[in-house]
Amino acid sequence: MDSTRKEWLLNALIATALLAVPLWALMANEPFIITLATRIAILAIAAVGLNIALGLGGMVSFGHALYLGLGGYVAGIAAHHAFSGTTVLGLPGTNQMLPIWAIAMILSGAVAGVVGALSLRTSGIFFIMITLAFAQMGFFFTLSWPAYGGEDGLPIFVRNQFPGLNTARPWDMFLLSYAVLIAALILFAMLRAARFGAALMAIRQNPDRAAAIGISPFGIKLVGFIISGMITGLAGAMMADLTRFVSPAMLAWTMSGELIVIIILGGVGRLFGPVAGAAILVGFEVFFGGLTEHWKLWLGLVLLGVVLFARGGLIGLLAGRAQNG
Amino acid sequence: MADPVLDLRGLSKAFGALKATDDVSLTLLPGEIHALIGPNGAGKSTLMGLVSGKITPDAGEVRLGGQDITALSVANRARLGLGRSFQVSSLIPEYSALRNVMLAVQARQGHSYRFLKPVMRDRPLRDEARAILSRVGLDSRASVEAAVLSHGERRLLEIAVALALKPRCFLLDEPMAGLGSEGTARLVSFLQTLRQEAPILLVEHDMDAVFRLADRISVLVYGRIIATGSVDDIRANAQVRAVYLGEETSA
Amino acid sequence: MSLALVLEQLLNGVQFGLMLFLMSAGLTLVFGVMGLINLAHGSLYMIGAFLCAAVSGITGNFWLGLMGGLTAAAAAGALIEVLVIRRLYVRDHLDQVLATFALILILSEAMRLIFGPFPLYLNVPSALRGTVSLGIVDYSLYRLALIGFGIAVALGLWVLIAKTRLGIRIRAGESDREMIAALGVNIRALYTIVFALGAALAGLAGALVGAIQSVQVGMGEPVLILAFVVIVIGGIGSIKGAMVGALLVGVIDTMGRFLLPRVFAAFLDTSQAMGVGAALASMLIYLLMALVLIFRPKGLFPAHG
Repeated sequence: MDSTRKEWLLNALIATALLAVPLWALMANEPFIITLATRIAILAIAAVGLNIALGLGGMVSFGHALYLGLGGYVAGIAAHHAFSGTTVLGLPGTNQMLPIWAIAMILSGAVAGVVGALSLRTSGIFFIMITLAFAQMGFFFTLSWPAYGGEDGLPIFVRNQFPGLNTARPWDMFLLSYAVLIAALILFAMLRAARFGAALMAIRQNPDRAAAIGISPFGIKLVGFIISGMITGLAGAMMADLTRFVSPAMLAWTMSGELIVIIILGGVGRLFGPVAGAAILVGFEVFFGGLTEHWKLWLGLVLLGVVLFARGGLIGLLAGRAQNG
Repeated sequence: MADPVLDLRGLSKAFGALKATDDVSLTLLPGEIHALIGPNGAGKSTLMGLVSGKITPDAGEVRLGGQDITALSVANRARLGLGRSFQVSSLIPEYSALRNVMLAVQARQGHSYRFLKPVMRDRPLRDEARAILSRVGLDSRASVEAAVLSHGERRLLEIAVALALKPRCFLLDEPMAGLGSEGTARLVSFLQTLRQEAPILLVEHDMDAVFRLADRISVLVYGRIIATGSVDDIRANAQVRAVYLGEETSA
Repeated sequence: MSLALVLEQLLNGVQFGLMLFLMSAGLTLVFGVMGLINLAHGSLYMIGAFLCAAVSGITGNFWLGLMGGLTAAAAAGALIEVLVIRRLYVRDHLDQVLATFALILILSEAMRLIFGPFPLYLNVPSALRGTVSLGIVDYSLYRLALIGFGIAVALGLWVLIAKTRLGIRIRAGESDREMIAALGVNIRALYTIVFALGAALAGLAGALVGAIQSVQVGMGEPVLILAFVVIVIGGIGSIKGAMVGALLVGVIDTMGRFLLPRVFAAFLDTSQAMGVGAALASMLIYLLMALVLIFRPKGLFPAHG
């Protein structure tokens, strides 16, 4: 079997497992498992976003927690004002996920546009560090801005609503997250296969060549970075609703690191890399976290092993090298 | 005399005290192959960088089809019709030969901001790329990744990519390098047909090839053009002979 | 707001900056010579602080502790270089970031395993307790000593790099790796020495700062991020840049936190001014870094031309 077909089979397997396990948990009345699966799905959405910048475009953003946090705070602030009946910037709050998602994505896209336009002037370690710097600005801003809880964070007392679903029920929340994840994956696959993806991946491999044939790297990368930030921002809004809490921790640099870790564990640039990576990370935390309080030691060792010896991540290990046709 | 397609006027570039390009003027006329030769370190790479836009000149201008393009980026120059091949093969390593050419066709059409339709199902794009690959004789290797093509095949793919851009002029940077005699002979006859499409500025070490192909030759030494003329003029030029004989005796 | 208070804050900023320099010097050397991004540099700072606290706790002598912390950090650095870092020089930045991120997880948990979950306390040595009068202000003797110590180490480092054979090799390594290999320098050993030297400086900073902060797991990361800000501002690979960047960051951060709330108090009510001022102050150095990169994408003192 060639590696492309192997990868598709593996993807189908992962997608099915992510649906089947919580379904079983629903039957067995294990809401905790459903919530774990939801967390995996939402983290995976965030990482799908990053995978566009990092996997397709080779832009090592060490600051994607910024978009996660932005989305999270949009959800938190909207719910806060809806709950208290007050307004923000003249607008009322809302407890509807759809407008919250729209605002989260627009805002994340706008911020990613500014950050990207400034950061893409640099490359290599400077790009890594300037994206980190912008995320740190966001982190410290939320930490010291008292209006929305400062370092204590902001609770969402009642989970925001989605038409036709009872989002307070774990299964409904899972289905919603799963559907958004599948949509994000389809979008990723389409972008990758389209002319835009062809240009973006070419720029990652050889920016000089791309320029020499007339594809200007800056514009393509910037658009990729914006789309990337928007998807991660959407995931942030959903994450806030899942945990019913936003805090500066969502914007911490370790969160940016975790998103990269997810992609590496799963497989850089691979369609289902973020899903596999998120499942490994959450699974690791739950399984080893239950065995020992020092589970991060083992996570560190596994991560080190993957980086040093298994660079394709899980998907690469099981399905072989990526094929670009 | 016809207007030049490519017109370099008084180009200069210094790196510190080193004058890599010193007041270079040169034209490329419709239908001609203009070869640029010179010993190692003469500043050929810098001059190519100035023409392609990778390097910004300290003085002088680059005109393409009468338009001043000195201030334009590499990508914008390429879009205006400057088709460049690289000295060291510079392809998209993980892409197949076909996808490398398809990307060039896509770039020429200027439609890289299309987000939904898969390129591999874009029949016109594929067909055009396939046709170009078969012109350079690479059709049987279409699905092989550029990184695993042989050296000679990569040189041909470079030419195919330049062809796909349908440029107003070709900028070929040592296309024969490392090809061997048979490959060089094939490429020489191919370039004879290529000149029908657009004039070629050819930087090349292989003197036999240059003498067979070029209509005019310019000789670059220490960043200056010391002579420009027909093959016979250059063969007879005492200064050029001194440079080349001198190089041969010292090598 | 008295002049004395301003002077005190200014000195705090310089002291903070000099400690940041100790952290940044190793980071910038390791990047300049080996081309490596080392996120685990903060862990070496932590190791220095923990070992200093442990040794001085056992022996009752701060200076023995300081030696212990410095030695432990250098040894840990050499060990990490040989086991892991060495394999990363040829890798891309992404792999380096991830592998050293993994090292942070491993080293932090290792410290927690060895020393337990609670912070350790490290006392200022008795000879340096109390304050000293600087005319208009009474200033902490220990902090003043840190300033002197920081300047001394910076001078020592300058001598090492500018005047010694090792320094010549380090500088050669920055400009041309093949050349020093051709000169017959054992490049592997050189890399291990440079990495251990950087680790020792980080450990030293951790031990010195440990006496005025609590010694705990995770103490290295905030300093690490600041050190990255420093070397990016200064120009990666440049020791001079690290010094300028460290002082800029130290003074701007300290003075920003001190002055901005007071500035805003002039036209906002007090609690609001504190909030806005503190929020802006904490973002200030990142703003500075972004500005430097936007206008000078390779930092203030680019190391390679």
